[in-house]
Amino acid sequence: MSILTSETLSSRFTLSGNVMQTLYRVLAVALLCVALTALSDVFLTANNILNVLRQTALLFLMASGLTLVILTAGLDLSIGANVALSGCLAASVIKITGSPLLGIATGVGCGFIIGLANGVLVTALRIPSFIATYGMMWVLTGITYYYMAGETIHGFPPGFRQLGSGHLFGIPVPVYFMVLFLMIGVLFAQRTTWGQQIYAIGANPIAARLSGVPVERRLVLVYAVSGAMAGLASLIILARINSAQGDIGEELTLPAIAAVLVGGTSLFGGSGTVAGTLIGALLLTLVLNGMNLLQINSSWQPLATGIIILLAVWIDIRTRRIGE
Amino acid sequence: MSTTALPAQIARVPGVAIALIALCIVFVLTSPGFATSPNIANVLTQSTILLLLALPMTLIIMTEGLDLSIGAVLTFASIILAITAVSTGSLALAFAAALAVGLCFGFLNGALIAVFDIPPFITTLGTLGIAQGLSLVVTDGQSVVGIPRSIETIYSGTAAGIPLPIILAALAYAVTHALLYHTRFGAYVFALGGNREALKVAGISVRGMLIRVYVFGGLMAGFAALLMTARLNSAHPTAGIGMEFDAIAAVAVGGTSFERGNGWLLGTLLGVITVGVLRNGLNLLAIPSSVQVACVGGLVIAALFIDGLRGEQ
Repeated sequence: MSILTSETLSSRFTLSGNVMQTLYRVLAVALLCVALTALSDVFLTANNILNVLRQTALLFLMASGLTLVILTAGLDLSIGANVALSGCLAASVIKITGSPLLGIATGVGCGFIIGLANGVLVTALRIPSFIATYGMMWVLTGITYYYMAGETIHGFPPGFRQLGSGHLFGIPVPVYFMVLFLMIGVLFAQRTTWGQQIYAIGANPIAARLSGVPVERRLVLVYAVSGAMAGLASLIILARINSAQGDIGEELTLPAIAAVLVGGTSLFGGSGTVAGTLIGALLLTLVLNGMNLLQINSSWQPLATGIIILLAVWIDIRTRRIGE
Repeated sequence: MSTTALPAQIARVPGVAIALIALCIVFVLTSPGFATSPNIANVLTQSTILLLLALPMTLIIMTEGLDLSIGAVLTFASIILAITAVSTGSLALAFAAALAVGLCFGFLNGALIAVFDIPPFITTLGTLGIAQGLSLVVTDGQSVVGIPRSIETIYSGTAAGIPLPIILAALAYAVTHALLYHTRFGAYVFALGGNREALKVAGISVRGMLIRVYVFGGLMAGFAALLMTARLNSAHPTAGIGMEFDAIAAVAVGGTSFERGNGWLLGTLLGVITVGVLRNGLNLLAIPSSVQVACVGGLVIAALFIDGLRGEQ
């Protein structure tokens, strides 16, 4: 096992290969910023920058857990629906008990359990991840709509609302979450045995199994983490918009997938980083924010996201071919 | 074999038939309105749109592919059909426009998958976003109304006492059956799933074949758009969202495998009826559509689980 992980490490993290890729992405972010500054008077205002950071933080939280899933060559299509159900349950608990802490536990716990269920479907039942999580997405959507019955829950305690709309030293609270989970994510993925095993599973599941990696348990773990992160993201949305509806988070699955892929994590598993996903989330947020600032109808957003996903995967495939 | 033990004989009965019979028994017992001839005609008529999507989905899944965009393409085709019908007054032109939309998206899916080697589920997830975005952009989120009333007869009309949609769906089934089991194209579809290398060795263009399979899916979505628009007498930018899920469910329940490329068209037909019976029965029991969606999801997971067990044997 030690041989495998060290090989994986050296081939995945050598700077030479990744530096150029990262540089391109940073360059793309910079170009987007320059273009948006030129095109819109509003872009370079403190308010809008904070807004971009807040949106990036939210997208990153969902995309960071998803990154681990995609590193194992899997996919989690249920995160948007997970946000909706976890958020609505958390909102009910806060309303009924008046306790934000219980609400937070409910949101993250619900997300985690959904993730566990995904993990079981993928490992024990051996259902391909994209179809298992796609089925899960519809199951969750159904439960959420039934539970909410078209109602809206709104008005949360001010303390809870700080999670989404508060500021600390002038910086939105979600940004601190982003930094925290960036550090945890990077340390976990690249400095722990479990993290290395996740890369190994994505690179070659059979080799990973033969070298003693408990593949099933690690897979369940990544889906559970992805689910818990979606639960956490749902809390930040609740706190930000101060209400919960059956359709929150619905439109976030595609951008989260796009953020991971644009951030350089390969859809085929085994290569990519959580830090890259941060750049991806920033890039995607800039595109969507820019479309807003340029007053492009929000109907164009799924279209733009779809095209970005296809481009990102195409670039990934091209780079792999050249690498071979 | 008459000596075979009874459990072994039952094991040979396709799972979908057992599921369908079990569902029918449950609904006959719980809902008095279920086993009436108007309701049965209703189930069959309502299943026709789903069948038009599930037929090409079977072929696509047999090639170890997937089409998540088919519901969104159906929606966009329906919107273009409605807009064309409203502005020109010609249903023929409108239908041609819907088929053209399906053709374009089918070709786009096929090309991205076959030429650019992008995995099918991510390709069609991307084109789902594109088709959904286009639907919203074109309509600005509003319904398209004012289609000539004559379109209604396509869905509600009958010929020789049989509802027109059932005749159209039977025709589509017959054509797909002929394509799959009686043409070289069909033989290549089987090979695409199980034995791609053999196709290459035989000098067949795998790319061309894959593109054709997805184009077939797009065209059928365009065809289904005609029935859906006729049924609603309008087009709405969210009308077909999630239809791909019912189609995938029907194919999975019908016993087509996601991993080994074994397809069974009759199974898909039974799968479509199973999904239709499930939704209809739950409707009669006044169970909200949100729970129905969850039930269909459970049905898929159960079907895939059983499929997985059979694969191990």
